[in-house]
Amino acid sequence: MPEKTPPIQATKLMKQLMADHFLGLDRAAAQGSPKVAWCTSVGPAELLVAMGFEVYFPENHGAMLGASRLATETIPVANALGYSPDICSYLTADVGAFIKGITPLTRAYGIKGVPKPDVLVFNTNQCRDVQDWFEWYGRHFGVPAIGVRTHRGVGEVKDYMVADVAQQIKDLIPTLEQVSGNKFDIDRLREVVDLSKQCTVLWRKVLEYGARVPAQMNFFDHTIHMAPAVVLRGKPEAITYYDTLLAELVEREKLGYSAVPGERMRLYWDGMPVWGRLRMLGDLMNELRAAIVCSTYCNSWIFDAFDAADPFESMARAYLELFIVRDEAYKEAYMLEHIQRYGCEGIIFHDAKTCPNNSNSRYGLPQRFAEIHGVPSLVINGDLNDLRCFSDEQAKTNLEAFVEQIEEMAA
Amino acid sequence: MIFGGLDIGASATKAALIDDSGRLLGSAVLRSGVDFAASAQRGLEMALAQAALDAGRVEGIFACGYGRKNAVMAQETRTEIACHAAGAYYHFPQALTVVDIGGQDNKIIKLNARGMRTSFKMNRKCAAGTGAFLEEMALRLDLPLESLDSLAREAGEEATLGSYCTVFTATEVLGKIRDGVKVQALVKGLFRSVVKRVMEMDLFEGAVVLTGGVAAHNPYLAQMLGEELGRPVLLPPRPQLTGAWGAALLARDIRARQLASE
Repeated sequence: MPEKTPPIQATKLMKQLMADHFLGLDRAAAQGSPKVAWCTSVGPAELLVAMGFEVYFPENHGAMLGASRLATETIPVANALGYSPDICSYLTADVGAFIKGITPLTRAYGIKGVPKPDVLVFNTNQCRDVQDWFEWYGRHFGVPAIGVRTHRGVGEVKDYMVADVAQQIKDLIPTLEQVSGNKFDIDRLREVVDLSKQCTVLWRKVLEYGARVPAQMNFFDHTIHMAPAVVLRGKPEAITYYDTLLAELVEREKLGYSAVPGERMRLYWDGMPVWGRLRMLGDLMNELRAAIVCSTYCNSWIFDAFDAADPFESMARAYLELFIVRDEAYKEAYMLEHIQRYGCEGIIFHDAKTCPNNSNSRYGLPQRFAEIHGVPSLVINGDLNDLRCFSDEQAKTNLEAFVEQIEEMAA
Repeated sequence: MIFGGLDIGASATKAALIDDSGRLLGSAVLRSGVDFAASAQRGLEMALAQAALDAGRVEGIFACGYGRKNAVMAQETRTEIACHAAGAYYHFPQALTVVDIGGQDNKIIKLNARGMRTSFKMNRKCAAGTGAFLEEMALRLDLPLESLDSLAREAGEEATLGSYCTVFTATEVLGKIRDGVKVQALVKGLFRSVVKRVMEMDLFEGAVVLTGGVAAHNPYLAQMLGEELGRPVLLPPRPQLTGAWGAALLARDIRARQLASE
């Protein structure tokens, strides 16, 4: 067993692809062509790519602000503007950064600012905050902020819901044609949906390497390697990347590598990452030899429903099947299935102060897991970006004590 | 054989020395200050002096608390959750709900009849209901901390304080002072606030044990918590030492297992 697992080599390719992505956006915004569309993380990106837009994902930028800890200085700027510290800290970090004139893209890629949008397209499947977020920029730049209003608390995904969302996606087309100057082409959309489907199949395979014992990748790896699945959906580069990564994972498994050297415990993570503390938490879990092998968050970029033969309905279904819009019964069953399949001995719930939609510990779910399914859980209070809501010491003590407890129970 | 436990908490460092049977031989409580390593060392020396023991006789030392990683003399560390559980179970070997009210954290730890932890909870990132809350209020009321317990006991009436937040509670208290509410009633209201914050954290099952420095200095809190729960709350001897004592017990148990396997 290696003492320290060598880094994943494919990361270099990912960094290059991400650089190309952001430099392409910067160029497009500077030249005015192709047009730039901002899109929420599970917004209709396939349609935007098919219509010739360069697509930028502000939630990805929000995560970069968190990971770089620039969010700590930008969130208060948005708070002062009247955006509450209790709302999405991606929104407040991002709007604050824009007002302050800073971005992590400068340090990473030498880019001065985020690419100016020509249109903003949201899907409220994440939350209502994304709509308010995009509308702020819409007002600022004087460009359209349009989107899809999702169904919520979805149990079974019904045909009428699919029809509704599909129609809402179709209704975006006239505005997108006007902004882009391109006519909508159904065959191009089929191609893009097919590429997104290929990407999602590969991303699922990557995540399933977490089910190996020992796990070949863990939650902290996933939060890094998910980037192409998030921002390059519908593009061949994402497929190239995951083909490369998967080939490497095959070899790493043969060599006996594991995500957490000496893995002795397997855990499930529910909720948002604490972007500004990923390294600290990753190091701590390594020290404890506890691997977080599966997460709701990173699984959220698996879209099984995509079907090139039926692009609008399949996009609608994919966006509606998303964990975040489902009802409690679905969420419980989904998590239980993954916990069993990945061999998890406990759940870490991250209760993110500013992200209620991604905090699933607030309505008795941890207690139901303990009582009905015998799965212990821990709730960590924190936030995705606002480190004012996170205590390193409390988190460390909680995680250590949880690992102690599971060990004690196993003994 | 002698075993040591150190609990380097946010406010106070506690040291305990025990023998094979778990009996306390020496102990110390001192402020943690800003140098956890030094306070751990000083605490150990004070406990050794009290027990009239030489450091060389200590077979094993475990540390817990925020400063546990700074205790270089400890062979291993455990969380204060593990140590309070071990300490409480030593005194009351049965299924327990352990409530530790510390300087900065509150913890609810549930143990089964064999002393195994089945769950635990720490307070959210807020000092409401912790020792820090009472310290802040004592400061506002210009009262010595050690006077709070007797003042609460003397209260004929009790001031109702509704706020969750320490700062807002201080504002409420100022309002009550302005209205002429007696200081005893205010202090009892503050104690009630601590009890409420603790009871909001979890369901209480089985016997309830109160540990930690706040309980040590304010045993009336145990009585008030018992009244709310409808059953008496247990206080171990030396509640503030429970974590350090538990750490020493865990060091003893590990050593016993090592010896058994040799």
